[in-house]
Amino acid sequence: MSAKTVKDILTSIRKGETKSRDWVQQSLSAIEQVDGELKSFLLVDPETALQAADHIDSGQVSEGGLLRGVPYALKDNIVTKGVRTTAASRILENYIPPYSATTAQKLQAAGGVMVGKTNMDEFAMGSSTETSAFQKTANPYGKEYVPGGSSGGSAAAVAAGLVPFALGSDTGGSIRQPAAFCGCFGLKPTYGRVSRYGLIAFASSLDQIGPFTRTAEDAAIVLNAICGHDPMDSTSARGQGEIDFTEGMDAGVKGMRIGIVRNLPEEGLNPAVKAAVDEAIRTLEQAGAEVVEVELPHMEYAVATYYLIAPAEASSNLARFDGVRYGRRAEASGVIDMFERSRSEGFGMEVKRRIIIGTYALSSGYYDAYYKRAQQMRTLIRQDYDRAFATCDVILMPTTPTTAFKFGEKADNPLQMYLNDIYTIPANLAGLPGASVPCGFADGLPIGLQILAKPFDEKSILRVAHAYEHLRTFAWQRPVLGVAE
Amino acid sequence: MKITEETVSHVARLARLAMPPEDLRQLAPQLSDILEYAEQLQQVNMEGVEPTSHPFQEVNVLREDAVRPSLPRDLALANAPEQEAGQVRVPAVLEGSGGA
Repeated sequence: MSAKTVKDILTSIRKGETKSRDWVQQSLSAIEQVDGELKSFLLVDPETALQAADHIDSGQVSEGGLLRGVPYALKDNIVTKGVRTTAASRILENYIPPYSATTAQKLQAAGGVMVGKTNMDEFAMGSSTETSAFQKTANPYGKEYVPGGSSGGSAAAVAAGLVPFALGSDTGGSIRQPAAFCGCFGLKPTYGRVSRYGLIAFASSLDQIGPFTRTAEDAAIVLNAICGHDPMDSTSARGQGEIDFTEGMDAGVKGMRIGIVRNLPEEGLNPAVKAAVDEAIRTLEQAGAEVVEVELPHMEYAVATYYLIAPAEASSNLARFDGVRYGRRAEASGVIDMFERSRSEGFGMEVKRRIIIGTYALSSGYYDAYYKRAQQMRTLIRQDYDRAFATCDVILMPTTPTTAFKFGEKADNPLQMYLNDIYTIPANLAGLPGASVPCGFADGLPIGLQILAKPFDEKSILRVAHAYEHLRTFAWQRPVLGVAE
Repeated sequence: MKITEETVSHVARLARLAMPPEDLRQLAPQLSDILEYAEQLQQVNMEGVEPTSHPFQEVNVLREDAVRPSLPRDLALANAPEQEAGQVRVPAVLEGSGGA
């Protein structure tokens, strides 16, 4: 059995051709075969996964279930009851959550089988998964290249064919950027579409959970299972109703209005990435989409805005890691000393850097100059998108300026690392849904096309992505690490 | 904005982070670069622009103040580094007093 899509697995199990155990066993074997080198998982629990699969196969679980029997992985900032959850940080190295995130509960209730937890940048702070306290995950398309981040483990595991889907979180591009770097599909839903209860918080006004899959259709199937209002997350959107995200996916792009950005900031944009994205736009235009130009005049300020707002919120959210109720505690004589030492020993450098930027931006005397101005710019960026979407259904642009970079290439220069997020950050600031779909290769590394839509219009994104997946003509390449076709 | 090692040290204290001198030396120029980059926001006229704290205008979300199941105490304490008599134990809060 080769790596299959969620849809194929569901069909096969429903027809009785295969059992959940077959797919879970296949996933576990692939992990054993590949992950010693890929290092996408922080934790794999074969015994529990096989038991869960047998439980489903024995019919003890009621029929139905949107993901019945399908194996999956979770980014390690999504808490799982009784299963160690670290956010790839030393400070949570031995943390066993007493409850499960709503998304984890929903996937379990849908009949999915969790095989393990994936590597990430520490507390989701990074764009390469290099800030993980535990290991460096390779890019399936080249061992010396990063998988992107912060959800690099989930992206690599799906692209390599180790699991048919995985969940990640996206605060400034942490689903879309690693999907682009690893050559898989990644969807950041609208802010509020999916509950964040049990997601270890980074920047609460930006964080959103979403799926990595190999096709847009699979992402729609997974989103069906995880979306919806949750009383445990006061920011989750009410009145979402019953939605089937697969419905209308195959309507094609004829008559759809595709926005392309006039004066897109192109500093550092790799010509091969630009060419592949332009080619994808032409492909969609030839299929009947209407291309219109839109203006996003404040986009150039997005990175500066984000790197004030996100650290400010992080500095507040991470105040909870103090060595008192859970997590690492350092030996100390007094309580203040204990806080300081626990946090200094427990957090890595990127986390400390962001806590300090955030604390500085919020401190008295600088609040108006930094944090408040960033919030005002956020308004202008949001308004840019409101205006743009008055004339188009989706906006297309590259997901990232370049293909995957090498380990260590940007690790010593935080600002360079941050500038890599220029195309993904605005969607988080404006709360928009966005996806990355593979649109080509340059020197053997995948390129991602980003598709953005109005708030709560994931359907337009999925429709365009699905159409594009069937129209694209470039030669697909197999990963060098993995079992995927 | 030039960030000095003294400033980093001060902010680290505010954030309850103990910073060795080598970290301060590394962080000061990096933070200067990042904040210098952020200065570009000063060039834009934002008079009268309302700040956005949240992507969508949220109103307060209230629920009934009713008793409902919560984590049992042993589970809530299971991750505590130190506990005593059903409570979390911490080192002396008043430093120099010798006990909590």
